[in-house]
Amino acid sequence: MNTSSSVAAHGRRATPPLPAWESALAVALLAVLALNSALSPYFLNAETLSDATWQFAEKGVIALPLALLVISGEIDISVAGIIALASVAMGLAAQAGCDTPVILAAALTTGALAGALNGFLVTVCGVSSIVATIGTMSLFRGGAYAILGDRAIKQYPESFAFFGQGYVVGLVSCELLAFVAMALLCAVVLHFTIAGRRIYAIGANPMTARFSGIHTGRHRFALFVAVGMASAVAAILLTSRLGSTRPSIAQGWELEIVSMVILGGVAVDGGRGSIAGVVLAVLLMGFLSFGFGLLNIPGIVMSIFVGLLLIAVVAVPHLLSRWRNR
Amino acid sequence: MTFQPLTSPPRATSLALLTAAMLAGLMLAYPHTASLSTLAALLDDTAILMLLACGQMTVLLTRGVDLSVAANVALTGMALALFNRHWPQPGVWPVLLLAPLLGALLGAVNGLLVWRLRVAPIVATLGTLAIYRGLVFVLSEGAWINSNQMSAGFLDFPRASRLGLTTLSWLALGGAACIGLWLRYGERGRNIRAAGDNPDAALYAGIDVGRSQFHAFVVSGALAGLCGYLWVARFGVAYTDVAQGFELQVIAACVIGGVSINGGVGTVAGVMLGCLFLGVLKNALPLLGLSPFWQMAVSGLALTIAVVVNARAPSSGRRSFIESRGSAS
Repeated sequence: MNTSSSVAAHGRRATPPLPAWESALAVALLAVLALNSALSPYFLNAETLSDATWQFAEKGVIALPLALLVISGEIDISVAGIIALASVAMGLAAQAGCDTPVILAAALTTGALAGALNGFLVTVCGVSSIVATIGTMSLFRGGAYAILGDRAIKQYPESFAFFGQGYVVGLVSCELLAFVAMALLCAVVLHFTIAGRRIYAIGANPMTARFSGIHTGRHRFALFVAVGMASAVAAILLTSRLGSTRPSIAQGWELEIVSMVILGGVAVDGGRGSIAGVVLAVLLMGFLSFGFGLLNIPGIVMSIFVGLLLIAVVAVPHLLSRWRNR
Repeated sequence: MTFQPLTSPPRATSLALLTAAMLAGLMLAYPHTASLSTLAALLDDTAILMLLACGQMTVLLTRGVDLSVAANVALTGMALALFNRHWPQPGVWPVLLLAPLLGALLGAVNGLLVWRLRVAPIVATLGTLAIYRGLVFVLSEGAWINSNQMSAGFLDFPRASRLGLTTLSWLALGGAACIGLWLRYGERGRNIRAAGDNPDAALYAGIDVGRSQFHAFVVSGALAGLCGYLWVARFGVAYTDVAQGFELQVIAACVIGGVSINGGVGTVAGVMLGCLFLGVLKNALPLLGLSPFWQMAVSGLALTIAVVVNARAPSSGRRSFIESRGSAS
């Protein structure tokens, strides 16, 4: 019952113009923007908007490839742990006197290896992805704690500050550019390539996909590595912005990032979702928390709204369909 | 249901042997720790984890997961600390009554979302995790409640020693025994295992699967509520970040104890051993001269190894066929 409905939905969404869910998100985003500019006179100018990008760019960079992974029917809870480990790797490289390119390479290698470990556990060992990545989450974050303890690393070269603090053109920050580039990449892969179609097929029904000759394991493995590397990119942006590495960096981000993906209309059991939805969800949560910040409302209060939103996203369509079928 | 006795004892036995070997090795290497009081302290240290893990197992048996347990602990703990600060006169008994009730209410919210609104358990409890955690902040206005603002009866209850063990330890042992007996002999308890083992078959047997999930969430919530009071009283402080991230340790203890995330498989004995295993690990690190910062890495490694071993262990044929087909190469 569940599978057939998701296949039908997938068929409808094969070439998405802007389906219902994405339109609802867009309306919500416009409402938040309007509310922000009505409540705060400082909101609606280019510099503030550019400042707001850091609220979502780092998390969004991970949420996008994670959406692909969730569409394929898996999940990765260890993303924030990978950020911590990659940040520690960068810190150690910087401490050893390496220059910026080596530091970046250290982060990306760490991210790829961490993602590969997740992929190995899930595709080769056959562990369910939520359990496997809960384990590796404490493994990665624990590794960061074991290496650094209560120390912090701050001696980064000056050129490294560009990624988290620099601007590429005018008010377009390097972080925003990274997010836009990641969104384009994921949109092209998911909606315009054979691999993207296969990701939908794997998530909608893994067995059928396997019997249709799709290497389900290989695709999932590649997606885990992609999510690991995206976490490394986020680690680069975040570490560069903060200018320091601590083992507690990005603590608790995994829940916010997973929330972004689900809010974007991606089905947790796989097979459905679009990049447009995830981008809108990332912007929505980013501007919501930025607006709350302008109003001096603490972030933890905003988490109540995110929680309600998350449940409403799934519960309301169900209620509506039950009401219609009456 | 009938696979259960066939597959679980060997795994539980090997975990028991491993934990016992670790404990024996430590006690031989560090003779000053070899005493009954060490064991009692170990039990006291893992008691809250045990209670929460028993609740989590009940939810895992139905193919669900409860990510909101730690937030439930923080919210009930804060509510009861506030209650005690404003009305210290009635003592600890109303608190002991309110704690599981309040927790069960929060668990019932999860249960209704899953049962009535068909929200996937992971999404529903991820949402309520954020909501409950935020409500702790709203309720306390961000302030801490310290032990000097709590009444003596409130603080002393879980720490009082009875027959050589703390009340906290007795509660953990009693709670685990109740859950174990309920799952084995209670009608609703048996329905929970059946609903998770094979939902289709359970439906044909006349079991309301959604309702069983609801019951499991209420049980998990009630235990989390009780632990909320115990946590706050034991550590003598209530604040917004109490037990932050503890839900993952609770799930880890269950998985190490052989509970299947795919539902239907798991025993209280296994879960208790999983908790003790993590407890021994945590208490062994300082003895071995490793800094406490290594704790997370070591328990993460143990969990990762445990899930791989569990995945390799034989389970019921139908499900493993689908999984090996779905994820092979």
